[in-house]
Amino acid sequence: MTEPTLPTFAPGLDPGPSFGELLRRVGPSGAPGVVSHSTPIAAGGGPPLEIAHGTTVVAIRFEGGVVLAGDRRATAGFTIASRRIEKVFPADEHSGIAIAGAAGPAVEMVRLFQVQLEHYEKVEGEPLSLDGKANQLSQMVRTNLPAAMQGFVVIPLFAGYDERRLRGRVFSFDVTGGRYEELDYQANGSGGVHARNWIKAAWYEGMGLEDTTALALRALFAAADEDAATAGPDLVRRIFPTIAVMDPDGFRMLADDEIESLADELLGGPERGGST
Amino acid sequence: MSMPFYVPPEQVMKDRADYARKGIARGRSLVALECADGIVIVAENPSRTLYKVSEIYDRVAFAAVGKYNEFQMLKIAGIRLADLKGYQYSREDVNARSLANAYAQTLGQVFTHEMKPYEVEILVAEVGRTPDHPDELFHILYDGVMMDKEGFTVLGGQAETITAALESEYAVGSDLGVAVRLGAKVLAPEDGEPLTAAALEVALLDRSRTGRTFRRLKGDELTGLLDGAAKPVKKPVKEIGK
Repeated sequence: MTEPTLPTFAPGLDPGPSFGELLRRVGPSGAPGVVSHSTPIAAGGGPPLEIAHGTTVVAIRFEGGVVLAGDRRATAGFTIASRRIEKVFPADEHSGIAIAGAAGPAVEMVRLFQVQLEHYEKVEGEPLSLDGKANQLSQMVRTNLPAAMQGFVVIPLFAGYDERRLRGRVFSFDVTGGRYEELDYQANGSGGVHARNWIKAAWYEGMGLEDTTALALRALFAAADEDAATAGPDLVRRIFPTIAVMDPDGFRMLADDEIESLADELLGGPERGGST
Repeated sequence: MSMPFYVPPEQVMKDRADYARKGIARGRSLVALECADGIVIVAENPSRTLYKVSEIYDRVAFAAVGKYNEFQMLKIAGIRLADLKGYQYSREDVNARSLANAYAQTLGQVFTHEMKPYEVEILVAEVGRTPDHPDELFHILYDGVMMDKEGFTVLGGQAETITAALESEYAVGSDLGVAVRLGAKVLAPEDGEPLTAAALEVALLDRSRTGRTFRRLKGDELTGLLDGAAKPVKKPVKEIGK
């Protein structure tokens, strides 16, 4: 077995703290399994690939931080590809990322993003600013554009607690990597419009954490009611949306039983009533 | 410039070795100690921003003495190697032994084939995956010679005297505070006072954490440990990106 050698570069060719750049220089001839995001996947001819898509994901700012939540369904055409897929991930200690679009490439982008943030922090000796992180993600989405145009769309939702400005911030992106900072909340995915409308009606400045997690859950249930690709609560298997909180203490995922009891409480409310 | 006379290879190697050793001896020393709380690395370092001890990966740390710009470059190369391996395979697959071998290879190569050897001595430390797995300390010299150490290791010009002091005083499984104070004591000049927080750079691979275990001990936490007062601060554990 050959031991790997230390990657060294001539001064002009050094990739600096960018892990993506390092991958590009070492990748193709390096170990197998490195997918270059700049290589478009040629589709050409034949029936369209059934790629797993999702979803609804929401980000809501509150007094002291921000909440990220997502449902658990992945669909491929009319098939349910997964009942318990995770769409909300920690990016680093104080930020998180939620993904909508083609599940495979999306999860890979999350992984690359996580490594990029960690890599930068270790090489430079300090972490990126929240804006820097959002910008990095923006560039990854941009690099994915050729693949997106062939059906492998990845749209992230990025949120974090900004330790310099001392508040939660939300960033959304379009397929070209265009970055938009949202003032208060955003929702993405096939059920995004429904979720956003629900949040719009209930959100107010100075909301507390409890109200915000309840609102996130309600918004996802509302989206599930209207969108086939978004899952509502699965009471048989006890599968519920995932919710993450980012505040001065950092990133944490709420425990399953916490979400379960909150869901049980809420499902007795407005969701129950109405004509449908 | 006149044509050089024949120089026997032994002489060439000896000159290189002397050159590297002199460069390293000029600098300050550091110690790594296995303790109950993990592996603590204590370096004499008056700078608050230029680090000798750094994180490489989840359970792997890097420390070096000698020429700063040379070991910074080696540190970054090590981080690159570790992140690439973790990304292409899995986080679990990154270990200190493989990295230490890569360093040994590079240092040996440079020692023999380049105009001048690296004036550095490197430590790659890995805290055990579980309490049953042993800690690992790999000590790599300027010429690529690699040693697998147990319990503790010393890098730098004063290594011999400091090692002798540690041999009598080091105890397996000691508390973090005990280990830090021991480090501060043996790094101090002979018959001098133990070094204070301002003169030290201290980092810990924390056995109780999952995911990234590396953290720096500084400010109030460090002065507390040196004074023997406070218990180490346990930050909440965060496992990022499984």
